Amino acid sequence: MSETPQLDELEKGPWPSFVTEMKRAAEKKDSAKDLINQLERSYEDRVGHWKHGGIVGVKGYGGGVIGRYSDLPAEFPAVSEFHTLRVNQPSGWFYTTDILRQLCEVWDKHGSGLTNMHGATGDIILLGAPTSALQPAFDDLAEIGFDLGGSGSDMRTPSCCVGPGRCEYACIDTLDFLYDITMQYQNELHRPMFPYKSKIKVSGCPNDCVAAVPRSDIAILGTWRDNIQVDQAAVAQYAAEGMDISGEVVALCPTKCMVYDAAARTLTIDDKECNRCMHCLNLMSKALRIGKERGATILVGGKAPIVHGAMLSHVIVPFMKLEPPYTEFKELLEKIWDWWDENGKMRERLGELINRLGMRNFLKAVDLEPLPQMIKVPRANPYYFWDQEEVK
Amino acid sequence: MSTKTDFGPPNYKELLPPVIEKNYGQWKYHERLQPGLLRHVADSGDEIYTVRVGSPRLVSTDWIKDMCAIADEYCGGYLRFTSRHNLEFLVSDKSKVEPLIAHLKAMGLPVGGTGHAISNPVHTQGWIHCHTPATDASGIVKSVMDDLYEYFVDMKLPAYCRISLACCLNMCGAVHCSDIAILGIHRKPPKVNHEIVQAKCEIPNVIAACPTGAIRPDPKNKSLVVNEDRCMYCGNCYTMCPGMPVADPVGDGVSIWVGGKISSARTPPKFSRLVIPFLPNNPPRWPEVTSAVRNIVEVWASHAHKHERMGEWIDRIGWERFFDLSGIPFEVQLIDDFTMASDTFRSTPTFKW
Repeated sequence: MSETPQLDELEKGPWPSFVTEMKRAAEKKDSAKDLINQLERSYEDRVGHWKHGGIVGVKGYGGGVIGRYSDLPAEFPAVSEFHTLRVNQPSGWFYTTDILRQLCEVWDKHGSGLTNMHGATGDIILLGAPTSALQPAFDDLAEIGFDLGGSGSDMRTPSCCVGPGRCEYACIDTLDFLYDITMQYQNELHRPMFPYKSKIKVSGCPNDCVAAVPRSDIAILGTWRDNIQVDQAAVAQYAAEGMDISGEVVALCPTKCMVYDAAARTLTIDDKECNRCMHCLNLMSKALRIGKERGATILVGGKAPIVHGAMLSHVIVPFMKLEPPYTEFKELLEKIWDWWDENGKMRERLGELINRLGMRNFLKAVDLEPLPQMIKVPRANPYYFWDQEEVK
Repeated sequence: MSTKTDFGPPNYKELLPPVIEKNYGQWKYHERLQPGLLRHVADSGDEIYTVRVGSPRLVSTDWIKDMCAIADEYCGGYLRFTSRHNLEFLVSDKSKVEPLIAHLKAMGLPVGGTGHAISNPVHTQGWIHCHTPATDASGIVKSVMDDLYEYFVDMKLPAYCRISLACCLNMCGAVHCSDIAILGIHRKPPKVNHEIVQAKCEIPNVIAACPTGAIRPDPKNKSLVVNEDRCMYCGNCYTMCPGMPVADPVGDGVSIWVGGKISSARTPPKFSRLVIPFLPNNPPRWPEVTSAVRNIVEVWASHAHKHERMGEWIDRIGWERFFDLSGIPFEVQLIDDFTMASDTFRSTPTFKW
């Protein structure tokens, strides 16, 4: 009889099975075998079996490796030490088969042979190696050009969407921008010295395919500020192919900035009233193109619940040209980090600090003027501050 | 060997297929030819076909090598992953598209996840490798996607539907803005272990980590005491201090949240909202979770207008109608009592029966 009846059940069904993958790795690695056995125990006990934390690392870095120890080391000795290496992914998760095979070779040599492609933040997650294997694994990763990502209170590995690599909506060069800032801030990425984690994510348009707004302290979304480019022949083609342009496109436009003339089969957009939500472009990609004057909206403060509740990022710069060497962005980022570093309490994310000290203080510290684009609605309470120097 | 540091990730420019290098930033439009198959066309007239495949996220190096062999055969040795753990084969030779799809299907790989579909769920580590989980991640996702497979390999839904799972309130990933979020929760306060607290924990940091102010110093024991009436079981104290374990086989389980979105299309990003406060951890298949998720998907799919995301549909019909149509019982935990609770209370008699 199988020792893992519950996990065996998860090899059935049409969706690809992680259990099958664990078993493949277990054919070669005792650690993968003990991982299966310990997971089966968790399925029986209905609790996890990893000890709390553990600090491990590689020479010269403060982050990038997550310590993990089994709380049942006598029963599952091959996972008594089963640490994670976070490996910085290439921009847009593009790979050649050559580079992936080299990565597999390193991981087959030093680790469990199990990985996540990819972790939630975007890194390649190499899952499971003993303490003694960490430095040799990193040295071999370095040989093939893979560096570690972030962990702890540092700049976490930034990530971006496919951008100009394969998307007509890319208003900024997400791939280049990401590579540039990742290279520029290697020290902030590898050596935790902030109050808490700092996440940067970059999406080429308001569709936000990397979920920058909900989960990054600093979110960069591509946008434009001139007119949507309309190809009326292509509009007519969509109509001829049966698209209900009035019902599916115009009626769902949040700003009601467009009119469709069904007889002439033409679409007219009042661009001044458009808020660039992407709905019409998403539906009519052949007929509508993003504007030509392109840049980014910068938002800050997004985070998951811990500690004081989840927050969405909010606008601080409505439009910034984002062109190499990205000096304007970097100057702003460094001002934001300086203010946060100086004022943030331990484990206080940027958004929580802005809530505690107020947008008024934040904007002053980073030299930004207040703008109506920053808010949904003005305050409804009478509790506000004046600089006493102004009251004369 | 001397260790080099701070050299950064591989340069993406060396990893792009030639057709992308040539047409970089010059893409004109795309179309979805069938589930899992995209065609992007550049200003130059060049085209690239993308075949999208769901992965189990936790994979062996053998799986990666299998995928590399396929990419060598059909894609000139290039491939990419998406932000939702899908794998994308990038094909520049049109004649190879159909044979590639046939090859992938013969291997049992799900081709889909495009357009009005349920894409691959973003999820966390769970019992496999996390030290603070309230549930498993991969097992639930496997069970949910076995059940909802038809919606990954087809495009028959009213709009996108993004399902995500996080195994505790730390919420690695953006599950709090998903059409359907599955979130592991605890229901019992931490059991303070004074010896461990004394030996390993910074007492002020643990006190500061509590969002409800439920933790006080215990000078007699040189430790901490939890006001259990104020504890909301978030587990943040355990993250700071191993002497505050909160996991429990009976207390732990899963909550279900709906109606969040990330894109700004039509309506701004919004949070998912709690609709089922607790379902038990019932491995290996979590049947209570899979049937709750299927019910929500099907109620939405049968009532929403075209292009209407879960949250947009609920905004139109009202939450009271959502509970009516879904048959989900309304429980007291669904009424907010955290910091901004009153913003969620109704201040008008204009509701539906």
